Amino acid sequence: MERTTDDLRLDGNAAAGLLGEIFAFETTTAITICSGCDRASPVGTLVLYGQHMGAVLRCPGCGQVMMVVTRPHGEWWLDLRGVRIMRVAAGPSRDQAR
Amino acid sequence: MTEGADSGPRLVWREAEVLAVVAETASARSITLRVPDWPGHAAGQHVDVRLTADDGYQAQRSYSIASPPEQADIVLTVERVEDGEVSSYLTEETRPGDRLELRGPIGGYFTWTGTLPGPLQLVGGGSGIVPLMAMLRHRANERTRPAARLLSSWRTRDAIIYRDELERLASDDPQLAVVHTLTRESPPGWSGPRGRIDADMLRAFAYAPEQQPRLYVCGPTPFVEAVADALVQLGHAPECIKTERFGPTGDR
Repeated sequence: MERTTDDLRLDGNAAAGLLGEIFAFETTTAITICSGCDRASPVGTLVLYGQHMGAVLRCPGCGQVMMVVTRPHGEWWLDLRGVRIMRVAAGPSRDQAR
Repeated sequence: MTEGADSGPRLVWREAEVLAVVAETASARSITLRVPDWPGHAAGQHVDVRLTADDGYQAQRSYSIASPPEQADIVLTVERVEDGEVSSYLTEETRPGDRLELRGPIGGYFTWTGTLPGPLQLVGGGSGIVPLMAMLRHRANERTRPAARLLSSWRTRDAIIYRDELERLASDDPQLAVVHTLTRESPPGWSGPRGRIDADMLRAFAYAPEQQPRLYVCGPTPFVEAVADALVQLGHAPECIKTERFGPTGDR
């Protein structure tokens, strides 16, 4: 199958495993506010490109790069350049909830 | 408040045991897995599966969970894709007693818990039906259920996954409608629609915007985007449309 860059567009749901290696909360329901257009988007709806060498998550509204996740040499590099605010539901910690 | 089951702090890889492998179609297999310390999941969540070769090479893919939260052992339905490293192994080589590495459940956005108001409208393309099936199975276990419709698109009749079970569910439940459309063939006796899901088909078979349905769309990226655009064009509120894209390979 011939693939174009466009074909490889996914959504933030597909980055949930990757982000789950970094964050201790469920990331796909966390709300990001885009620093470019102020749109509020659950991480699950961000537009995801690439996953193996690194993931780029863009705003579904204006297309601005919101997050870049790479893993060089056993460290996570998390670039949150386009996220003005991230809102995460508060509550009991997961260990307490279970 | 978030929906969906917690997946615990940081994701950990667990070793799961294959209990059963069932052929759903010529290319799709349902694999039942016993996962130690499985924390439970919500309908719509997925897992990551990791395979490690003898030389240490690893390949990892995501697969939606097909079984409802009520079931302790989880079921993944995997469709074999051309050149798919992981799906080929899972659909052709995996046998009961094998062990697989997986982590999950993952994702809380594309989930349905049954507590949301409004009828449930599911739209699936090919194996994009898998997380939607988890929702329908979960719904079937609920005492009070919203009305639900599934509209799914397949190349051929023989490619339809869960066809018999869906027929059974719908025949037992006047509140559930299941419609399949075929894009590549018109077999004798086929009474369902033909062709791709577009605005006309959604107008004919899906809930109207004024019925305020909860919309879940899952399938290959071009399918999901075309359906979501058509739904918005019909007047559905974008925030009521939840989508999950599989990418070009369908390896998820």
